[in-house]
Amino acid sequence: MTTFIELLVNGVSIGSVYALIALGFVIIFKATEVVNFAHASLLLVGGYVIAVLHEDLGFWLALVAGVAVAAVVGALVEFCVLRRSRAGDQHVLAIVTIGVDILLTTELTRRIGTDVLAMGDPWQSQVVQIGGISIAQTRIAALVTAATLITCFLLAFRYTSWGIAMRAAAEDRETAALMGVRLSRVSMGAWAVAGALAAVAALFLTVFPTPGLDRSTSLVALKAFPAAILGGLDSTTGALVGGLIIGLAESLAAGYQNDVTFLGRGIGEVVPYLVMIVILLIRPAGLFGTRELARV
Amino acid sequence: MSSALSRALRPTVIAAVAGLVVMLVIPFYAEPFLLQAGLFAMAAAIGAIGLNLLTGSTGQLSMGHAFFLAVGAYGYVYFAGDSGHELSGLGLPTPLAAVLAVVLAGLAGGLFSPIAGRLRGTYLGIASLALIFIGQHILHNAHAITGGANGRDVPPLELAGFSFADTPELVVFQVPLRALEKLWFLALLLLLAAAWVARGILRGRPGRAMGTIRDHEIAAGVMGVPVARYRAGVFVLSSMYAGLAGVLLAMAFRRTVPDYFGIILSLEYLAMIVIGGLGSVAGAVAGAAFVSLLPPLFTRYGDGLPLIAAPGAEGVSPAEASRILYGAAVVAVVLFFPGGLLGVWGRVRASLAARRTSHPLTRMEPEEQPT
Repeated sequence: MTTFIELLVNGVSIGSVYALIALGFVIIFKATEVVNFAHASLLLVGGYVIAVLHEDLGFWLALVAGVAVAAVVGALVEFCVLRRSRAGDQHVLAIVTIGVDILLTTELTRRIGTDVLAMGDPWQSQVVQIGGISIAQTRIAALVTAATLITCFLLAFRYTSWGIAMRAAAEDRETAALMGVRLSRVSMGAWAVAGALAAVAALFLTVFPTPGLDRSTSLVALKAFPAAILGGLDSTTGALVGGLIIGLAESLAAGYQNDVTFLGRGIGEVVPYLVMIVILLIRPAGLFGTRELARV
Repeated sequence: MSSALSRALRPTVIAAVAGLVVMLVIPFYAEPFLLQAGLFAMAAAIGAIGLNLLTGSTGQLSMGHAFFLAVGAYGYVYFAGDSGHELSGLGLPTPLAAVLAVVLAGLAGGLFSPIAGRLRGTYLGIASLALIFIGQHILHNAHAITGGANGRDVPPLELAGFSFADTPELVVFQVPLRALEKLWFLALLLLLAAAWVARGILRGRPGRAMGTIRDHEIAAGVMGVPVARYRAGVFVLSSMYAGLAGVLLAMAFRRTVPDYFGIILSLEYLAMIVIGGLGSVAGAVAGAAFVSLLPPLFTRYGDGLPLIAAPGAEGVSPAEASRILYGAAVVAVVLFFPGGLLGVWGRVRASLAARRTSHPLTRMEPEEQPT
């Protein structure tokens, strides 16, 4: 029973981190209708900056720097690449982001090489005991941070003028532009916010119990894709629920993998994708996604 | 001049014949390293043609192409391989095994078709990402069939007593032809066949239906195209192309390892068709040549280039340099040359033709241009 509760807490915690990544993904999609396949590399940028700077600047300043750099890189991708593209087709733009992803990931994995970079976080490997259940401090920190960030974001999305502009642009781009919403600023803002969220997620994906930032971190980040898509690409609620489902499924599958050895080792890596396929078979637009209605 | 003769002397036909002759002569002169690179490029071209039918012509984004390559490669090894200790195989005649492997890849595509027929665009792209991870999991865990992380040796193809192995050597024009040379001819033949079939499909009724599905699915349905059936069918066809490419790759590698068939390979194939030109057979071949010839050429001739370090040394390795280059090429193509390498070639040809015919061509207004 304690194992189960531990796995549950860990699953919710890692799920909230996936939700952060998925949220960024959904924001970009809502604001620009582009599917950002370069998201994993934005995450890697943030994580790399934190890992490299934490010895000189201290952890907190490095974290701020990492978040800032990832946000700037995100905004730059929007400014230098997507805005310049003459292709109106969203599929082609999605492929451009794949190109960007290849570029960024190759350069970063080259810099990381075979090293495993520590993040220098204050929690290290300390464990908290609550009623016989032991939970790593990092997991609690992840949960608290993600919950805070997501709440802040949703409030901003609802009440600030930036959020209103963003929602207006998502609803109807042309009308929003006519009402004086600067679409270019909205989409750049979306990319920057997504980058910042990804950098925070990078921190929590690479702290204890994972050994640190290495070249496979971008593969871990890919799990946020199923999270975003099974909730529905255009739904922020969907991103949160999707993140939690993926996190729980992964945590439980990894925890009980000794009971299901016939499925092979490392089933926890695959379960998120299996869950995604099953859900998409039943609801092709995701759990909360709007079904595409077409007028002829 | 009779019309048949003038048609035979058209520049494109002459170029095609010249290209074919060059491709046939290369094995007699080139060193093994170049042959190996060329062989990979031809196998990749077959796979890229398949992906281009799916993504370029029908507009279905697939990131799971590497999975079907793996099915082809491992299918062949399993069907043709002998059972030993720890490994199982069916020990079938190798040509039969190759055909079965391609069919198996098609079946795998068919199994995925409930998803492929239902999801559109991005949803399909990300759902097909799942194939990669499920594939990797199976390849690493089904030891008896795949040999696990260490992979498995690939039995050489034997066609009616003719072996595509190093021994016995076949001496033609006093040049000993070994496995690479023999496989070169096989790959060339298969590539031509694959390109011919794909061209036939694209130019005929199915090709037009596929184009309509890409441009407007509802309009396609209204005009009587069975959309779901076409989408599932193209998915199966593209997986069979991938399977054939996988079989060829396995023969060229002589050993299959699971790590090769990862997400990077899928991205490479997408890069190929974007760089070459979406929706055309020649574009897929050009893109495949570009993407798969870069790493070996950098490895071989990288010493003379600045910024590229020898493998293992500090700095940008050849594989990384080529990855950065084709990543940049994908971005540049979409930004500046929509239509890819093939589009650039088309523009050059159009401007040459415009210069030759001095009178200006009537052009449509921008609003009238077909999009």
